[in-house]
Amino acid sequence: MSIDMAQFHQIFFEESFEGLDIMESGLLNLDMGDVDAETINTIFRAAHSIKGGSGTFGFSSVADFTHAMETLLDEMRDGRRKVSQSAVDVLLGSVDCLREMLSAIQDEKILDEEKVTEHKKALDTELDGTDNAASLPVQPSQAIVLNNGNAGWRIAFSPHTDLLKTGNDPVRMFRELAELGKIDIAVDLQGVPGLYELDPEECHLSWQITVHGDIPRSEIDDIFDWVEEHCDLAVQGIEQTTQASSQAFDEQPQSAAIEATPTASAIPPPITNESHQNEKVNADKTPSVGKSSASIRVDTAKIDTLINMVGELVITQSMLSLIGEHFDLNKLDQLKNGLAQLERHTRELQESVMNIRMLPISFVFSRFPRLVHDLSSKLDKKIELQLIGEHTEVDKTVVELISDPLVHLVRNSLDHGIETPDERISAGKQETGTVTLEAYHRGGNIVIEVSDDGRGLDKDKLRAKALEKGLIQDDAVLSDKQTYELIFMPGFSTAEQLTDVSGRGVGMDVVRRNIQSLGGNIDIVSQLGQGSTMAIYLPLTLAILDGQSVAVGDETYIIPLGSIIESINVTERMINRVAGKGETFRLRQEYLPIIRMHEIFSVPNAKATKLTEGLLVVVEGQGIRCGLFVDDLLTQQQVVVKSLEANYRQVEGISGATILGDGSVALILDIPGLVRLSNH
Amino acid sequence: MANTDDQSQQQLDSKKPSDMAQYLSFTLGKEEYGVDILRVQEIRSWEPVSRIPNVPSYEKGVVNLRGAIVPIIDLRERFNLGHSHYTPLTVVVVLQAFIGGKPRVMGVVVDSVSNVIDIEKSSIQSAPDFGAKVSTEFINGLASFNERMVMLLDVNKLLKLEGVDNDEN
Repeated sequence: MSIDMAQFHQIFFEESFEGLDIMESGLLNLDMGDVDAETINTIFRAAHSIKGGSGTFGFSSVADFTHAMETLLDEMRDGRRKVSQSAVDVLLGSVDCLREMLSAIQDEKILDEEKVTEHKKALDTELDGTDNAASLPVQPSQAIVLNNGNAGWRIAFSPHTDLLKTGNDPVRMFRELAELGKIDIAVDLQGVPGLYELDPEECHLSWQITVHGDIPRSEIDDIFDWVEEHCDLAVQGIEQTTQASSQAFDEQPQSAAIEATPTASAIPPPITNESHQNEKVNADKTPSVGKSSASIRVDTAKIDTLINMVGELVITQSMLSLIGEHFDLNKLDQLKNGLAQLERHTRELQESVMNIRMLPISFVFSRFPRLVHDLSSKLDKKIELQLIGEHTEVDKTVVELISDPLVHLVRNSLDHGIETPDERISAGKQETGTVTLEAYHRGGNIVIEVSDDGRGLDKDKLRAKALEKGLIQDDAVLSDKQTYELIFMPGFSTAEQLTDVSGRGVGMDVVRRNIQSLGGNIDIVSQLGQGSTMAIYLPLTLAILDGQSVAVGDETYIIPLGSIIESINVTERMINRVAGKGETFRLRQEYLPIIRMHEIFSVPNAKATKLTEGLLVVVEGQGIRCGLFVDDLLTQQQVVVKSLEANYRQVEGISGATILGDGSVALILDIPGLVRLSNH
Repeated sequence: MANTDDQSQQQLDSKKPSDMAQYLSFTLGKEEYGVDILRVQEIRSWEPVSRIPNVPSYEKGVVNLRGAIVPIIDLRERFNLGHSHYTPLTVVVVLQAFIGGKPRVMGVVVDSVSNVIDIEKSSIQSAPDFGAKVSTEFINGLASFNERMVMLLDVNKLLKLEGVDNDEN
């Protein structure tokens, strides 16, 4: 019988992943020349808690693995081992491996055992390396080190009465011991007081444990590692023939001897047993935590603001209802004031609720130091990463969706942008290249810039490449901007040699598509030989959208403001028919297709059926421009995006719905979807 | 709008809940139908909907139900019983279903709501098979109440949408 641990798993995983992040950033910050003891301590502590946690929850593979890491770190901490780059690399690799192991356990997936063994081996090699170099005894304080083919260990374990309060459970320890070899356990009940004096939360038992088998002393120590300070412990090796029994054992009367089995359930004091049972019952009542329940960590200050806001709102509401109760016209001014206050509070409340979904962009940025560290050594380049504006806040959904495109851009900068040290020196630059990630707010957008001081984009090369791939015509006249945008074309890759670092030209078009699907866009500025900057513009949130409402017949639709270029009245002269069917209109130099909204959505009662009667809203979506023919423009407003799919279905050409001021529903148009629909 | 859930609960308590089931009955033309009352969220009067383009004609559109976007289905058209004429007296029954493990709320337009009826579970007969001529896919069973036949509808099947839920069983 044991406590149902599953309820704590989620917390353990969350904590462990955080611990891994701490270890990773600590390892990356280690400066080989001047090692900061506190940094190593921090890394060590993180490893130690993961080990402890995984041991408690029975993830022995994780515990074993972390133990090796911990030993290595411990030696570094004590100064018995020099911090070397190779050791740090092995540790970084192990952090990754550990992360995979933990996610495998969390998702209940099969783990790639080979990889784990490989990392474990690397760790062990690293460990052995010092054992030879600095042959200090591992635990000089321990007097008894009998480890040459001994037959087992005798352990006298008398916990202090407060052992159980520290959260340690002897049963679990015995179970671990039992895994090492056959064990015999004798319990000493002498210390148990009479029933009246008995405090159920205290431990009055002590044990004599004999573990048979050739077991390293360190494994025994590991098990008792957590309770060392809360017990009297004596561990003695048994020689091949167990004749000589130590004094300590003779003193103990053999009041009860119990053969321990791996399910050593009879051993703990009955009282603890009972309390566990209670916990078990409780645990059964509460359903175990959902595995992938999306959660969000919110700054308490934000919640406090919110509570404050709600308080204000309640006060305003009671004030208004007071006015309403005995209303006469003299109170009209008060009423107006109250309503104005209500409006202000509601808006503030809305803002602070939206604020809760905002996360600092550092959630995304934090993974890049590691990426740059790994890639720069892989590519033999010297690269420094600069992070600016990590505290810029952006909606959680955006944070989640932006990270992959951003990784792609940074990889590109490292691989294609920054030159090798030799190239840089001959170009008169500093040997070390710099990649900068910068985030800032501008208007209702967040801007994320990835810039490097590398070789920049070569316009002639881009053009030649595009010609070669047949992406542009021989005589195409392209502006600088249009030339740079060639890299977003599907199937375009400028790297002369493909590497496994950045892709095969399938990437950039996907990057742009992802960013556009978030309602953003991407811009390139580049100077040959000086470097390039990719700027991503994204809306701060996906839950609120700036929209232009348009009328078509009796229906109102919302066009995302970001996709509108302009709205025009067309004249007969601007309209052309292609092959008698498809309608186009000329806007300056371009011929753009016309999508008649009332036809494509079959809306009855359209006021404008002739193109000259209504308005053409010129919109752009995923690089395609077209004119939407509508009756009239209504207002520009911020709308709250609501899902159509929650109770209904996905509709082509519609990205969602919103509720207008009068309570009616308006559909939000999805421009790329509309274009697809009109092509059918 | 009466809170039908509470009422039904009280009535259920007074009888033997295991033998009896309560249905909300409504009419479409001359036919009488019933749905499990526990699936009924509320009953509303008809209000204009926002049309959804390019969907089957019985999917009338969506309305705002206290901040949620809820689709409205015309049951007459769904059952091929001809077109309805909407007046302010036309009734929309808002139903809840679990489809694909998720709750879904949808309104169905009916001619009128008639009654809450108690039906003994044992007296429900399974829907006869009319072959391909008449679609009985939504009908869970038949029961008689006051000498009239009531067709009991399966809400989960009723609220399935063409082209969305076909893959699920």
